[in-house]
Amino acid sequence: MSDKLTFHFDVDGESFVSAGQASVQVKKNLRELGLPPEVIRRVSIAMYEGEINMVIHANGGVADVDVYEDKVVIVLDDKGPGIKDVALAMQEGYSTASDQVRSLGFGAGMGLPNMKRYTDDMVIETVVGVGTKITMTIRL
Amino acid sequence: MTVKDLIEKHGFTPLSLPDPERTVSGCYIGDLLSWVMGRAKGDNVWLTIMSNVNTVAVASLSDVSLVLLAENVRPEDAVLSVAEAKGVNVAATELPLYEAALALRQDV
Repeated sequence: MSDKLTFHFDVDGESFVSAGQASVQVKKNLRELGLPPEVIRRVSIAMYEGEINMVIHANGGVADVDVYEDKVVIVLDDKGPGIKDVALAMQEGYSTASDQVRSLGFGAGMGLPNMKRYTDDMVIETVVGVGTKITMTIRL
Repeated sequence: MTVKDLIEKHGFTPLSLPDPERTVSGCYIGDLLSWVMGRAKGDNVWLTIMSNVNTVAVASLSDVSLVLLAENVRPEDAVLSVAEAKGVNVAATELPLYEAALALRQDV
């Protein structure tokens, strides 16, 4: 695999029911590529958390997954409200999600911390009122 | 022990069993989905009362071997259809979470 393989997804911001479709598809694709199960688990959980964040906070966005010979790179890009205080958002348990979101089992304030936990590198570029781009790398 | 053997031994109600021969190893209890994704390990039994469609996605991505719904919680049929399609095992028990965990103790 000298060239990268790219998977592109549009994340629908309207529905928690369809949220996860991109992550599940990525899981399937990575399994077909024969990646180790623990790598697949880390990639798909990190991506799902990002997808859910885009549905909760940003009315959707786009997700790109690039598979290289030695790493998987996930880029999540949205035109949402941006993150006012990244350090605070990275704290486990801090959440601005609504009660309706919490009643579905989300909004525990673990999304960004989980994304960091399961990836080797995570970069957050965010501008309030413009959007957020998160780049996550998982080394193979 | 396999998912199928565990369900039979304890008389749990199978609701979706697309992958009955999976091995069960360890257990994680929780209803907050991100907490589960952060803490549950592959092949765990996930003991919960959360039964919406996102439960199925989290179970699939976390690679747990069985979602065991306590307190006789029953998901909607549409949720079980998704579970079948995604290869996620789901069963129910009338036991509360604590008693269900105690019952599993010897087997996982």
